[in-house]
Amino acid sequence: MASLLFEQLLNGLQFGVMLFLMAAGLTLVFGIMNLINLAHGSLYMVGAYLTVAATQWTGSYVAGVALGLAGTLVVGMLVEVIALRPLYERDHLDQVLVTFGLILFFNELVAIIWGRAALFASGPSWLSGHIDLFTGSRYPMYRAAIIVVGIVVALALWYVVTRTRLGMLIRAGATNRTMVAALGVNIRLLYTVVFGFGAALAGLAGLLAGPIYNVQPGMGELILIQVFVVIVIGGIGSVRGALVGAVIIGIVDTLGRAFLKPLLGTLISPPAAESAGPALASMLIYLLMALVLTFRPQGLFPARGG
Amino acid sequence: MRSALRSLVAGAVIGAFAFAGPAAAQQKVKIGFISTFSGPQGVMGQYMKESVELAIEHLGGKVGGLPVEMFYGDDQVKPDVGVQVAEEMLKKNQVDFVSGIIWSNVMLAVEPVVTGAGHIMVGTNAGASPLAGAQCNKLYFSTSWNNDQTPEAMGKFLTDSGVNDIYVIAPNYQAGKDMVAGLKRYYKGNIVEENYTKLGQQDYQAEITQLRSKNPKAVFAFLPGGMGIQFLKQYDQAGLRGQLPLYTVYTVDEISIPAVKDAAVGVYETRYWSPDLKNPANQRFVADYKKKYGKLPVFYGAQSYDGIMLIDSAIKAVKGNLKDVDGMVKAMEKADFASLRGPFQYNVNHHPIQNFYLLKSVKTPSGDIEMHIQKTIFEKHKDAYYQECKMK
Repeated sequence: MASLLFEQLLNGLQFGVMLFLMAAGLTLVFGIMNLINLAHGSLYMVGAYLTVAATQWTGSYVAGVALGLAGTLVVGMLVEVIALRPLYERDHLDQVLVTFGLILFFNELVAIIWGRAALFASGPSWLSGHIDLFTGSRYPMYRAAIIVVGIVVALALWYVVTRTRLGMLIRAGATNRTMVAALGVNIRLLYTVVFGFGAALAGLAGLLAGPIYNVQPGMGELILIQVFVVIVIGGIGSVRGALVGAVIIGIVDTLGRAFLKPLLGTLISPPAAESAGPALASMLIYLLMALVLTFRPQGLFPARGG
Repeated sequence: MRSALRSLVAGAVIGAFAFAGPAAAQQKVKIGFISTFSGPQGVMGQYMKESVELAIEHLGGKVGGLPVEMFYGDDQVKPDVGVQVAEEMLKKNQVDFVSGIIWSNVMLAVEPVVTGAGHIMVGTNAGASPLAGAQCNKLYFSTSWNNDQTPEAMGKFLTDSGVNDIYVIAPNYQAGKDMVAGLKRYYKGNIVEENYTKLGQQDYQAEITQLRSKNPKAVFAFLPGGMGIQFLKQYDQAGLRGQLPLYTVYTVDEISIPAVKDAAVGVYETRYWSPDLKNPANQRFVADYKKKYGKLPVFYGAQSYDGIMLIDSAIKAVKGNLKDVDGMVKAMEKADFASLRGPFQYNVNHHPIQNFYLLKSVKTPSGDIEMHIQKTIFEKHKDAYYQECKMK
């Protein structure tokens, strides 16, 4: 039982890391630019597709990843310059409308270029093996690699935001945009860079998701709702909150799916648990969000100065 | 004088419509085809439409000897949108038949609209049990199956081959429960656990860990569409493929195989049709489909092809008189066409009596991954609901 619990915690952590990679970019963009970007899932999809295409084209996974990331960065910057710039002064409803339009645009664009059928995406062969856990079970190497990437990204984000000049400008811009601009910083360029950076993070999540999930038009919307739950729980605009929120959601969701039904079975009759368990497990993260919103509406780690 | 002229013009206009109307309707058959053409599920609709177009091509551009006009409608997987599309086809486009529809819930909403207007509905996928039983309708025909039949075949196979201690995984919605009910109708062995997952779930690692801890002898999965693609990939990555036999329904098909490739090899399915089924109609269909679209057809398409052939046989039987709905229903009941599945009869509930086969996805010497028929599980299998059908 203990080894099973450990394995499920590991699964939860890995799922949480996946959510964090998505949530980090979304929350950065919201915290700094005060922009609600529903099309974040589309950038996740673009990252996955560009990487698949680039891997096929170059024949190398590493080159595919590099091109995929660079490509998503460029797509993100273009989206910011063309579609989002006029929106900063508008209210959130307008932003929601435009970015929802972008979702439809990207889904159809991808369907036109690559077709509606799911694409084959595989990880590199050197990550196809397993790690033998001390519990006697085997864990896919690829999933372990996702955890490592997530930790590296979290550390890098912490370093950039708190220890570099760019991070200082980002934080300053989030606190008082007008003042930063008055001090001679090109705030428009800063926003474009931040948005591109957020897009690249979404692209990274997408390309990592490719080999385990479905590379298909509309793939981003499937994960986006959970990502919104993560940033609401973590505190909108806070990268630290996104990390904690993502890991909490990942673990709660995984443990709920694994243990809720047997647990309920000891409390209520097994047939009742049979039907209530799966339903409750899929609601669990939303119940958690409702709890957080009731008792701590600003989230667990609200962004400072936001 | 003016009023006389006005009546004359009016008379001429009415006359023109009165004479042109029926004549035009006689000259051409209009078929509405509803499926899902947008969103992630749009790929199924695409295969269906391609097969319909191939069927019409095989018929020389005519259906039942009449020039055909097709109207394609996108239901977006929503019952209300399906109804809206069907009403538009019936009222605005004046279609004679409505065909298609992937989803049971959409079908249950659309079928009364079409048959209520006195038109024949040919369902080419959705296998909702009420339509095979208590809610059957003489104007409703299915060229696919009842939902329960495919898992019934799997249950029979597992029982016959003595597979015991299976782990069952399916999404937590009506069709998921129906599939498991169908399985259990014929599976007499022990089920270690039934795990109902969230509809549209992406990550199955937690379920895979859970099922491994239960030490089952085999796994039965019903995870259609994207869910199946994800499950197959993750099952393979967890190192279970080849270790723990995987028996599925509606999970491995010609749409999912290109997306998972080797992760599908060795997985079993049950189905009423397969591209390698040996009969002249099917061999021609598969060869021409490959030539035209550069890929293998899928069963969604085969059913839709059969739907057009069924309509063709009915119109021919009444010699193009589309007003003779009763005559066409009688003709359809005979199922007088070369179905891609070979033997095909209609039961009293207008659902097929057909064979079910065990399929296995195998890697061919040329490196392609294809579904191949291993054996026949059921011959002339009837669904479990036809006795509840009291057709008027």
